[in-house]
Parts: sequence; C-alpha cells; structure tokens
Amino acid sequence: MAVEVRKVQTTVEEIFHEGGPPAARPLLVGSVAAVIANPFAGRYVDVLQPYMEELKPLGLDLSQRLIDVLGGDAQRIAGFGKAAIVGGAGELEHGALWHVPGGYAMRERLGDAKAIVPSTKKVGGPGARVDVPITHINASYVRGHFSAVEVGVPGAPEADELVLILTMTTGGRIHDRMGGLRAQDIKGEDGLR
Amino acid sequence: MSAKIRKIVVVVEETREEMGREISPPTRRAAALAVIANPFADRFQDDLEILMQIGEELGQLLGDKAVAALDVDPSVIESYGKAAIVGEGGELEHAAAILHPRLGKPLRQAVEKGAALVPSAKKMGGIGTAIDVPLGHKDAAYVRSHFDGMEVRVADAPRHGEIVVAVAVTDSGRPLPRIGGLTTAEVKGEDGLR
Repeated sequence: MAVEVRKVQTTVEEIFHEGGPPAARPLLVGSVAAVIANPFAGRYVDVLQPYMEELKPLGLDLSQRLIDVLGGDAQRIAGFGKAAIVGGAGELEHGALWHVPGGYAMRERLGDAKAIVPSTKKVGGPGARVDVPITHINASYVRGHFSAVEVGVPGAPEADELVLILTMTTGGRIHDRMGGLRAQDIKGEDGLR
Repeated sequence: MSAKIRKIVVVVEETREEMGREISPPTRRAAALAVIANPFADRFQDDLEILMQIGEELGQLLGDKAVAALDVDPSVIESYGKAAIVGEGGELEHAAAILHPRLGKPLRQAVEKGAALVPSAKKMGGIGTAIDVPLGHKDAAYVRSHFDGMEVRVADAPRHGEIVVAVAVTDSGRPLPRIGGLTTAEVKGEDGLR
C-alpha cells in the first residue's frame, strides 16, 4: 500500500522575545506536515499495523526536511513533538499509526534521542489545527523545554486524508524561568532526567 | 494568593460508536477548565511564584472535578493531561508557571498514583481559542493505546487579562486501539515509562 502524499508544508517560527529581554540567539520552532491519502477511510479495517512500516520512509523524509529548515544542524535540535489530524471519513486510531514511524524517524535523525516523543491526535475537518506538545529530546522532565506549537494546513485534511505532523525546536521557551531540571544537568540515560 | 476564578467548565465525552463499531463499555474522558485572572497581565514580572501557587490550587480543584465528572473511583482513572491558554495580556511563561512546578502533585493525588509525566500543551490565544490537551497513561508513558488528545475550549475566554487552565482525565484509552505496542496489562508502573 503506497503512501500517497498530496502536500507537504513546513513552517518556521523565529522568536526574538515575548515581552521580556530579547534572546542572544532567536529561538526556532519548526513544524512539518504531510497531507496523505487515508487508505482506510470510509470503512472499518481491522488490521492497521502493517501500514506503520509503509510510513517509515515518509517519517525519515519529513524529519530531515525539518532539520534542514531549522538550519541543517541536527546537533542544534533540542525539543520535539508529533501529532496527527484524521479527516472525517477516518477514525482516531488511524492517527495512532503515526506514533512509530514519526517517533522513530526523529530519534534516528537526531542521533538516538532518548526521550519519548510527546504527541496528540484528533479528528478534524479542512483547516483544523492541532496543538503539538513539545519536550526535550533526551529528557522529558526538562522544565524549560515544555512547550507546544499550533499547526494546521489550510484545506486539509479532506474527509479521506490524514495530516501527519512533526515538530522540532532549537531550545526551550524564550523566557524560561520556572526552574526544575535544566538541559545542562541531564543524565540522559532513562529519557526522563 | 489564591486564584481569582471567573468560571469553571466541565465537559465529559462518552464515545459509544466509532466507524460503525459499538464501543462497549463506552470510552469516557472528562476535562475541567478554570478561567482565572492573570495577576501579571500587561507587565513583565520576573518572579512568578504566585502563579505557581495558583497551579497547585488548580491541580487539586480541577483534578477532583474532572474525576468527579466521570463518577468513578480515583484508581479507575487511566490517563491524564494538562494545558493552558494565556490571554493576550500575558506571556507563555505564565502558563508554564501554572502547569509545571506544582500542578502535578495534587493532580496525581486526585487520580491515585500517577508515576508518569503529565503530558502538557500551552499557547497564547484570544476569546474562544481551543487547545488540544495531550493524554498519556498515568503510570506508564509508553502505553500506546492511551496516546491521545482532547480538544477543549471556553466560548468566552480567555479575555485579555485571563488564563484558561485545563485538566483532562479518562477511564479508558482510544475507542478501538489496534496498533500494538505496550498494553495496560503489561504495565509495571515503576519508572513512569513502562
């Protein structure tokens, strides 16, 4: 079952400040969204898992595109997240297909990132937007990197489509001052701290 | 200082059918939202301690309300999440102050245990803005059947100087989980991951 891509959208936010002192180097928050045909739309299909394998090349391609639009240096990527929006003729479970190919592709491209990739999913109409959660790539509890970015593709998903999304950042929140675990204090063994 | 609450909204979703298949028992999830005044709207405030205190207070209030809305014993809760929308007079860090340092502990008490990270999202937004509250299993973040999200909003909030704070809980995973991975039956629940 081939993956049929209709559209790919990349977005980069360059954040200088948010009312406080401007950062020495602006924070980059990037997202990539692929609009693909949902091969399971319109009917109940019991066995879904083999399609995760089909999506792996797309996951790797989107991960690389995202790193590229954020400057091309995978070492600079500090946060990540993923999400899916399922068109009206599909079911929520179709969005869950993205967990393995999306998550593992980002980990691979980022040099074996240790943390779980935070995620969310929903069913939505054309233009629906989703808040993609973001955490540090090697330690989920880094407090300054807890964030989220809203992503959507105008006109998608149509009823028989899926929007598959990855996000990455080059740092924590622009005015992070909540304490907690700091990125420089990570042990990086269990993916949590 | 305690939270100045203008409004509380509680919503329960009960999914009985998905793709023509009956869900039995139905999957259920509840979100409790508070609309509060942002004490630091319209100025840069360095020390956000007051918002951290408000987070602690809301963790308990909203955690208890969400669990009560499902009318189940706290131990029955399977997944959870939290989120905040900051009105335009504030900054994203105000959401972080409410959500991260202290909201989790009372929420975990409300759901009995909670070894896993509470997944979260935050954003700036105007009146009626919706937010997707990410959901994950409360004791083992890698339970694949419980990766989910719940979109919530308050029609008339956040106003300029307000913050919407949301807590969501479920007594179930997705309606028809079938993409494998770690299952609830395999959870050890010790490290918060598996």
